[in-house]
Amino acid sequence: MNRLTYIGLAIASIVIFVAIFAPFLATHDVTAQNLELRFAAPSAEHWFGTDGLGRDVFSRVLFGARISLQVGIIVVTVSAIVGIFIGSIAGFYGGWVDRILSGYLFNVFLAFPGLLLAIAFVAFLGAGLDKLIVALCIIGWVGYARVMRGQVLKVREYDFVQAARALGASNMRILFTHILPNAIQPLIVQSSLGMAGAVLSEASLSFLGLGIPPPAPSWGTMIEEARNFFSIYPHVLFFPGAAIALTVLAFNFIGDGLREYLDPKQRTR
Amino acid sequence: MKYKLLSFARQAGLIILVAWTVVSLVTFLIEFVPGTPATAILGETATQEQIDNFNRKHGLDRPAFFFSISTDEGFEWHGLNNRYYDYFAGLLRGDLGTSFRTDRPVLDMILERYPATIKLALASMLVAIGIAIPLGILAGTNKGRIIDNAASFVALLGISLPTFVVGPFLVYIFAVKLEFLRPTGSLYPEDIILPAVTLGAALSAILTRMVRSSVIEELGEDYVRTARAKGLSERTVIYKHVLKNGLIPVVTILGLQLGVLLAGSIITEKIFSWQGLGLLLLDEGIAKRDYRLVQGCVLVISLTYILANTLTDVVYRWLDPRIRLN
Repeated sequence: MNRLTYIGLAIASIVIFVAIFAPFLATHDVTAQNLELRFAAPSAEHWFGTDGLGRDVFSRVLFGARISLQVGIIVVTVSAIVGIFIGSIAGFYGGWVDRILSGYLFNVFLAFPGLLLAIAFVAFLGAGLDKLIVALCIIGWVGYARVMRGQVLKVREYDFVQAARALGASNMRILFTHILPNAIQPLIVQSSLGMAGAVLSEASLSFLGLGIPPPAPSWGTMIEEARNFFSIYPHVLFFPGAAIALTVLAFNFIGDGLREYLDPKQRTR
Repeated sequence: MKYKLLSFARQAGLIILVAWTVVSLVTFLIEFVPGTPATAILGETATQEQIDNFNRKHGLDRPAFFFSISTDEGFEWHGLNNRYYDYFAGLLRGDLGTSFRTDRPVLDMILERYPATIKLALASMLVAIGIAIPLGILAGTNKGRIIDNAASFVALLGISLPTFVVGPFLVYIFAVKLEFLRPTGSLYPEDIILPAVTLGAALSAILTRMVRSSVIEELGEDYVRTARAKGLSERTVIYKHVLKNGLIPVVTILGLQLGVLLAGSIITEKIFSWQGLGLLLLDEGIAKRDYRLVQGCVLVISLTYILANTLTDVVYRWLDPRIRLN
């Protein structure tokens, strides 16, 4: 694996550590307002300064990691399970099952550009953490399903699958104990990139006011709140912005490095 | 020929099926609005008469679908007297319904804003191509060297930086500090520069990686060795031979990325108050709970995306004869 992958792993570990231990690392209460200290510049008391309501930006950024990772992990897990299940059914059974699933269903979900389906979903159902997660899973699963289908199509032709069949193994047994473990590798790459995507999407929806409602310290919401004041107080936008960028970058580095590692054709060294 | 027609018919059928499902989904989503659209628009204090009038005017007093199943009345068949049919029938006449708030036809409101969004999408595509092709070639022809690593790093950085972080910082540098450009708005021609660069930056990152791997792949082909053996200069080999073949997959990505641009433009339009479809959807539709307008905007953006993908597919087949055989 290349150097960037290790940098990614290091940053991701820090973000995970911060998310777990946020209550111990935070220097202030995340919702405590101090209107006399609005937009204070970074200082020894407030390391990242304060926002428009005098809240401590450092503590809010720390707790923001919790929200981002929580959304990311749930979205990736649920999307991957649904995607793996539907993708393997499509790839394994082929024929009309595959035509309906990959020919039609995948295309329907790919027919909505990126965030639009999530935006539409939240717009009609209302904002909130649970709805945001459901919306991101709805747009997320199809990516895993496509990768899985391709993998299963390839693996099911291998000799050991024929051997299992000849020994009288049932379809479900062949699929889950023989094909799946041999087809799962690219899904690891997809999950890492999916984590980056989910963190970014959560921040985007929160930025649009369609994610987690204030006063929860979501990075996207913090940027939205800082947007109108950043020309005078850039620090309010800089820290949550850097937190999103670093987290997304870290998971992209990991995903990219793993892809290169698993695909020898792409290796540069 | 027969095979060609069959494949064309299959493709067309699939597109119609997907478009139909998209419209149906958008139609059904309005049924999940918490409360009813009437109370969302008129407020809790509205009288029953006002609510009835509102529902009648927007056809909301009619059944939602061809049939309904309820615990008290069981299965009931409504025939064509339903909102789902209404919306489709309207759509075929080019009617997207009337705005819940302004009483204006939704199609008119969308058509006013549509050109601005397309203009922004095309401008950011130009920005992206302008950055990605030189950077991608540079990285691809120097595979594994420091220049390649640097270009790849910049590309990943571009993918990871959200538009709502890049946008405000560009504004801070170019509008607030240097005072070259205006921070927001879409009145003057130069107002498009900052939004287009913001939106194009993310796409350029994806494209750079694509151009890079495409160039690397083509450089390994036999025709490149032949061209070099003929004594052609490296520049001619790259620009005349490699680039021509290497750009084919890039065209596909470009078409597919139009969706990313359309969705990304929603955020970019908000940052720069760019008067396009995205801002219409956010400010007039979602913020004011004008669900009819939200329906229309989502539909138009999705159908634009489907159309762009179909066109890309056609261009791709035309560019690369190998795909036609498959």
